[in-house]
Amino acid sequence: MLVSEAVSRKVEHDAGRSRWKAAASFVLSEYLVLALCVLYTLVMIPVVPEIITVEVWQNILSDMMPLLIVCLGQTVVLIVAGIDLSVTAVISLASVVGASVMTQSDGYLSGPLAAPGAMIAMLLVGAAVGLLNGISITRLNMPAFVVTLATTTFFGGSAIWYTTFHSTTTSIYDLPDMFISIGDRDVMGIPISVLVAAAAALVVHGILAYTILGRWLYAVGKNPRTAYVSGVPVRTTVVSAFVLSGVLAALASIVYTARMQTGTPILGERILLDVIGAVVIGGTSLFGGKGKVIWTVFGVLFLVLIDTTLKLLGASLFVIYVIKGSVILAAALVDTLRTRYLGVR
Amino acid sequence: MRTGFRSDAPLLSVKGITKSFFGVRVLHGVSFELWPGEALGLLGENGSGKSTSMNILGGVHQPDGGQMSLGGRPYAPQNPREASQAGIAFIHQELNLFPNLSIEENLFITDFPRRGGVPFIDRRWMRKRARELLVEVDLDLPPTRLVGNLAQGERQLVEIAKALHADAKVLILDEPTTSLTRREVERLFSIIERLKSRGVGIIFISHALGDVMHICERMTVLRDGAVIGTDRRERLNLPTVISMMVGRSIDAIYPERITKPRPEVALRVRNLTQRGVASDISFDIHAGEVVGLSGLMGSGRSELARLIFGLDPLESGTVEVAGTQLMRPNPKASMAAGLAFLTEDRRNEGLLMEASIADNIGLTFLRRFKVGPGVVSGQALNNTASELARMVHLSTDRVQDTLAKHLSGGNQQKVVIAKWLLRRPKVFILDEPTRGIDVGAKQEVYRIINRLVEEGGAVFLISSEIEEVMGLSDRILTISKGEITGSFERSGFDREAILAAAMAPAGPQREAYT
Repeated sequence: MLVSEAVSRKVEHDAGRSRWKAAASFVLSEYLVLALCVLYTLVMIPVVPEIITVEVWQNILSDMMPLLIVCLGQTVVLIVAGIDLSVTAVISLASVVGASVMTQSDGYLSGPLAAPGAMIAMLLVGAAVGLLNGISITRLNMPAFVVTLATTTFFGGSAIWYTTFHSTTTSIYDLPDMFISIGDRDVMGIPISVLVAAAAALVVHGILAYTILGRWLYAVGKNPRTAYVSGVPVRTTVVSAFVLSGVLAALASIVYTARMQTGTPILGERILLDVIGAVVIGGTSLFGGKGKVIWTVFGVLFLVLIDTTLKLLGASLFVIYVIKGSVILAAALVDTLRTRYLGVR
Repeated sequence: MRTGFRSDAPLLSVKGITKSFFGVRVLHGVSFELWPGEALGLLGENGSGKSTSMNILGGVHQPDGGQMSLGGRPYAPQNPREASQAGIAFIHQELNLFPNLSIEENLFITDFPRRGGVPFIDRRWMRKRARELLVEVDLDLPPTRLVGNLAQGERQLVEIAKALHADAKVLILDEPTTSLTRREVERLFSIIERLKSRGVGIIFISHALGDVMHICERMTVLRDGAVIGTDRRERLNLPTVISMMVGRSIDAIYPERITKPRPEVALRVRNLTQRGVASDISFDIHAGEVVGLSGLMGSGRSELARLIFGLDPLESGTVEVAGTQLMRPNPKASMAAGLAFLTEDRRNEGLLMEASIADNIGLTFLRRFKVGPGVVSGQALNNTASELARMVHLSTDRVQDTLAKHLSGGNQQKVVIAKWLLRRPKVFILDEPTRGIDVGAKQEVYRIINRLVEEGGAVFLISSEIEEVMGLSDRILTISKGEITGSFERSGFDREAILAAAMAPAGPQREAYT
């Protein structure tokens, strides 16, 4: 082979390789989902022109917020290779417990202390359920899936039962204005719910990226044996993840309840698919050890974007579910392909 | 001739095989021949091209150039299936068996015998044939036993039976002896001899040079993707083979140590007892001392290390590190007292394979990089990890973005060592520190051990290679059935005596081996 020929082949080869590399790094990039959101929006403009209006985006943002808060907790749990199905029950139970504390018609607390007291009670409910999940999983060595399936059923039922003691209808009404303002008030033009979600996202990001606990979470998710041999308190780490998930679900419940202006025992029932779906779309691995707050933010954005456009199109609920299901499947597929062909997880 | 091949012509001939990945040439014309009824040792360090050559033989990769012929006919497998149909069986280090299926199901996994033309398995015939195959490999087990319940050595024999069932002409064994007990190795060798007498050609790949010299008639040494030499066993010896492999002569495999053990006790173990694992074990290790532990597999040598480090529950006995007694043995407490433990299972207990080098190294001592309440500085961690990576001569300095799983075995082991050095351990327990790593990396590990000891650390070394224990230790303890059966000072090291003590039935003697 002539030298020049060899050189030109090499150049060709290198060009092919760098193209391949560029494509690979795009698929791997944490902004892939964001790019898909932009692309999707652009494609949808001719079909749903409203998609580029400020009102629609305000709606998208406001729909994203409570979901994002729940998803943050789920992200942490998935990182330790767990799964938390109990978030929906936490949302429902926290909602009715909080409402029973602060309702103006015969609540446990009244006056200016009612709303803060109720919110503390709600967060405690989340922490307690999370603690129960975590301890059952680490001390009794039961799989997270089964434990949280049991607790979600148990506490979901408890939420309805609890409501019957405080209300003759299916919900608890008459919540104080101070509490309801969380759902509809702005601070300097930014809705309170957005501020709450942003703060939660920053805190969780800080924990994951900069703390010892964060590094323990990833290590346990990647290989609990190695983590244990290296002196990582594996049980405490797993329990922390579930407590965090419970507390964040309760925080989301505060936002949901304030928006609904009632305490409802079926508040969280329908969002489980969205929670796990959004986190997985973002790129967090169901196998543990991999996940980021920013990925989850984009995942939630993508899911809500699809939801919103389909509603604008007037699609039926069935269609929306079918399409969401397909998107989640596609996300799982991308995750698998990444692992298989690029050896990265 | 039972095999149908002439014994005056090579069974397998490989000529001038070249192969490049992404423009990087990894094989530069590899040639060798395998004759019927012989075992050919294939030697070389990691990255020398052994695996690529074997993957080409096994149909996993296709060569860019060169020819192969099998039994006189051209051989160019396009995939592993074609290779196995042609009579090449590749038995990997990580065995390809289904633990949740029975022995017989594993043997017939690709060709379950059918009953007539109907899609039902002829279980009776399958069981009969499976029994015959098991007899051939000396495995006295019911064919219905689940593979998951078999010992490592037994699984390997099932793999060989599977190769026999496929009527393999060439059997490639990759690191077959690393995870076997001495007795299992002997059984494997006798089966290899039997296969040889039937005209099967064996390619034997291993870092355990002693095993290769023992079973192989000829050896081919690869380095940097080329064959350095092929010769008969009689004309080679260990030092020659090693210098062929590493490309320079290695004068002393075990580097000299300039310091002597100090008087102060670093590790004091007293009356350690756990039913079925250890009975009343007592010994001391001094600062600046290497104590080797020699014992057969199953003697309790790894279990003893796990007990000391607090990985497994302990019935009674005490462990003191530099005068501090460990109250409730668990890894965290042991580490705080100054213990470090390199486990024999690098993959599952030593490393986070999916994490970067820096993350792996930092894991044992995250508090060291604390800059606020619970907050660690990633920058400080990376800097320290880079320093340690240089200290252990890691092949890469990209500690932040190289994942552990992308490193060779030797470099992975260096990462495990580095992560424990981060804690500056007073006592470092090393369980099989050189298993499955090449000669060059082994020497690096020895050098690190020496340095640690010269700085006043104590090392408890467990190894199944008696030469290694003898080469590195100041003192050797032998263990058999969970009891210490002997203690040898360096001046009195005697291979036969140590082996005899390691194989001795546990006796009534009870003394502290200090």
